[in-house]
Amino acid sequence: MPDLLPIDLLLIAACAWLAIGFAGIFAPRNLRFISKILFPLGAFVAVLAGLTSLTFLGGATETAVLLIGLPDLPFHLRLDNLSAVFVLLLGFASAGISVFAAGYFRQGEGAAPGLMCLQYHVFLASMLLVLLADDAYAFMVAWEGMALSSFFLVTTQHRQAEIRRAGYLYLLIAHVGAIGILLSFGVMTAGSGDYSFAGMRAQALPPFWGSAAFLLALFGFGAKAGLLPVHVWLPEAHPAAPSPVSAMMSGVMLKTAIYGLLRVSFDLVGTSIWWWGVVAMVVGLATAVFGVLYSTVQSDMKRLLAYSSIENIGLLAVALGLTLIFHAYRMEALAALAMTALLYHCLAHAGFKSLLFLCTGSVLHATKERSLGKLGGLIHRMPWVAWLALAGVIASAGLPPLSGFVSEWLLLQAFLFSPGLPHSWLNMIVPVAAAVVALVAALAGFAMVKFYGIVFLGQMREPALKEAHDAGPWERAGLLWLAALTLALGVLPSTVIGFIDAATTQLLGTGLADQVREHGWWMLAPISAERASYQPLVFLVTIVIAGLVGRALVRRLYHGRGRRSAAWDCGYVFQGPRAQDTAEGFSQPIRRIFEPMFRMERHFPTIRDEQPYYSVKVEDHFWHWLYLPLARLTNAVSALVTRLQGGRIAIYLLYSFLTLIVLLLVARP
Amino acid sequence: MSLSAQLINLFAAVILLLAFAMLAQRRVLTLINLFALQGLTLALSTLVVAFTTGQAHLYGSAALTLVLKAVLLPWILHRLVRRLEVKWDVEPLIKVPTTMLVGIVLVIISFNVALPISQLSSTISRGTLGIALASVMLAFLMMITRSKAIPQVVGFLAMENGLFLAATSATYGMPMVVELGIALDVLVGVIILGVFFFQIRDQFDSLDIRHLERLKEK
Repeated sequence: MPDLLPIDLLLIAACAWLAIGFAGIFAPRNLRFISKILFPLGAFVAVLAGLTSLTFLGGATETAVLLIGLPDLPFHLRLDNLSAVFVLLLGFASAGISVFAAGYFRQGEGAAPGLMCLQYHVFLASMLLVLLADDAYAFMVAWEGMALSSFFLVTTQHRQAEIRRAGYLYLLIAHVGAIGILLSFGVMTAGSGDYSFAGMRAQALPPFWGSAAFLLALFGFGAKAGLLPVHVWLPEAHPAAPSPVSAMMSGVMLKTAIYGLLRVSFDLVGTSIWWWGVVAMVVGLATAVFGVLYSTVQSDMKRLLAYSSIENIGLLAVALGLTLIFHAYRMEALAALAMTALLYHCLAHAGFKSLLFLCTGSVLHATKERSLGKLGGLIHRMPWVAWLALAGVIASAGLPPLSGFVSEWLLLQAFLFSPGLPHSWLNMIVPVAAAVVALVAALAGFAMVKFYGIVFLGQMREPALKEAHDAGPWERAGLLWLAALTLALGVLPSTVIGFIDAATTQLLGTGLADQVREHGWWMLAPISAERASYQPLVFLVTIVIAGLVGRALVRRLYHGRGRRSAAWDCGYVFQGPRAQDTAEGFSQPIRRIFEPMFRMERHFPTIRDEQPYYSVKVEDHFWHWLYLPLARLTNAVSALVTRLQGGRIAIYLLYSFLTLIVLLLVARP
Repeated sequence: MSLSAQLINLFAAVILLLAFAMLAQRRVLTLINLFALQGLTLALSTLVVAFTTGQAHLYGSAALTLVLKAVLLPWILHRLVRRLEVKWDVEPLIKVPTTMLVGIVLVIISFNVALPISQLSSTISRGTLGIALASVMLAFLMMITRSKAIPQVVGFLAMENGLFLAATSATYGMPMVVELGIALDVLVGVIILGVFFFQIRDQFDSLDIRHLERLKEK
């Protein structure tokens, strides 16, 4: 038996996913077979794919040619370190999601389970192919496969008009983005007609065309990732999709867009100009601020998380911009720091956001409720989900000792070195960007406190919540796996950086591994230990010990008598569940402070109201300022075109006739 | 100029004349007869070219044209007209004299356009390229100006006649395979259209294609 290279193993994994998907078709209604055999098998394949790329990392690039596709146009595949980091992400994150999905899908919810199984595994396989593609053709085929399979997953419950609308919006923006990507590839071939990535690397683009390629890629991949102003599909599609699908889209699919951006800007274009970084950074900052502000004011838990994903994508774009700026000025060590922050945040976000979306899925199943205003106190009924969600929330808020802190800390460290940039304007602007990133991190903490506090803490807002049940064993296993990843990414940063450093080194020529390895696995000091260092395990042990000692001291020194009362009643006698802070009430300060950022429709109760009520509806400015005018313009242009189409055959014939005559006259030799 | 070249030019002129006659003709049955006559002339013209140049496959083309366009298609159309009972006059959308004037302009344009091309060609029948193009145009014009379905189909078939003439005059015809293919397409097309006629009549109680305007998407 010949030796199987990692790329072969990954191809086998993709084929296995496809096979699992098609196996689901043969027994579309057999829920037990699909959920208890096929989905766990898919998770197993995912773990194998993740382990394969883990062993590959640091190895030499491998290529393969697949003889499928059009004649004379085979698929070129390539596994290098950048791909491997993202395959690692795909494998490990989707393993947890698949295990969760094994316990999640029920009979009679939306499409047949077999169909879901097919779409889900095609989605996985096409994401893997996106990461492995080495020519524009294979990339676009896989990319479109990914968009289509996820579209069908989003519209699982297509009988609801709202969900169809969300799916349509998603598909539309996905295709607009795909056009941007295709044009970018076209520009990068520089007219040579060679659409393989190797051909694109060989071209030396002049600055103008290089910039065009970069901006088109930023737009195209940004549409998939959810950068402003093409983010609108994200908060619609995520709540519409079943929770494992939301988790997959938010945790993994958005990262394929980041992968594409990295691939284009550091590998394919071949040049880099400092203002690209500024563009990416400004767009990223706007996206991050927008995303986090909107996530704080949501009252649907999945929309809240969707906006939080937009915020994280914004932070990733900021890190990308910083890397590009440092790279353009040949400050490779700092560029490596920023890029490590980027890749680390990709991994961290894949872990904690999938975890949180899956937790919302469990809550949704237990309570049939997505609105924050009708939840509360679930920690008593769903302790597993609540404690595991806490891990995701802490990571998402960027608090130590979990994964989100490491990446945001690395990013801020990279910002602290920006005064070394040889450009006076940048020297002034970049610190402002750092301040905005800090603001975003703080507001993200606010949003997460809101999410966790209102769903899991306090008192139950509805009597029906008393019947809520905890997640089943499969769901718990999936959540545990993702929480463990989040914890591992939090406490073992040096080890993780040792793995992902291969990708940084490949793209920038230098990495952080040497500095990091110097200090051992327990301490992270990206530049030098004198400047900044972080010891997550020490931190973790300290807070655990401090917590235990504090609890013991309070018990011993204080009266030692425990007394239970209703949560958060603040000492009042008549503080029932209805009098608790609501989702709207909690975020009211944010709405007031950032009022111009929101488009609000509010109704205040007056004295004369028979049934006084308060309502607030927050909408997106972009929808009214950009999308609706665009839609009206499109309609107007289409109306003009329909005038051509009068319905009379004689008129149609006349069109062809006149065209023929004009062409004959024009084309005369 | 040799006798055969003169004969070819004569036949081409007859085809053009017949195209004009079809443009002016209001009666459906006469229109079909004119079409059959055009097919016959086309077959004769192809035969002369085949005899003069010794191109063997052109004999096949001529036979095919004769069978298909002078006999089979007119027969099918006759049957259709009888079964559909639409023998009466058809009123064109545009008055006949106006159509004729437009037709003359088209002939001038066609000759003008075809002149440089026929100079490049070395065939014996190159002079007829302009006429071929003109008969395509005139047939197209006929399709535009008629509002009933059958004259439109006749226009479509006459257009194919013009294309065939163009092919023969510029390059001694297309390869046999292509010609067979086109012949089959035309035959199948007419049969399908025949079926459609019945459908249209059942639907609208008339063969006036102006009714089809209602099919437009609102």
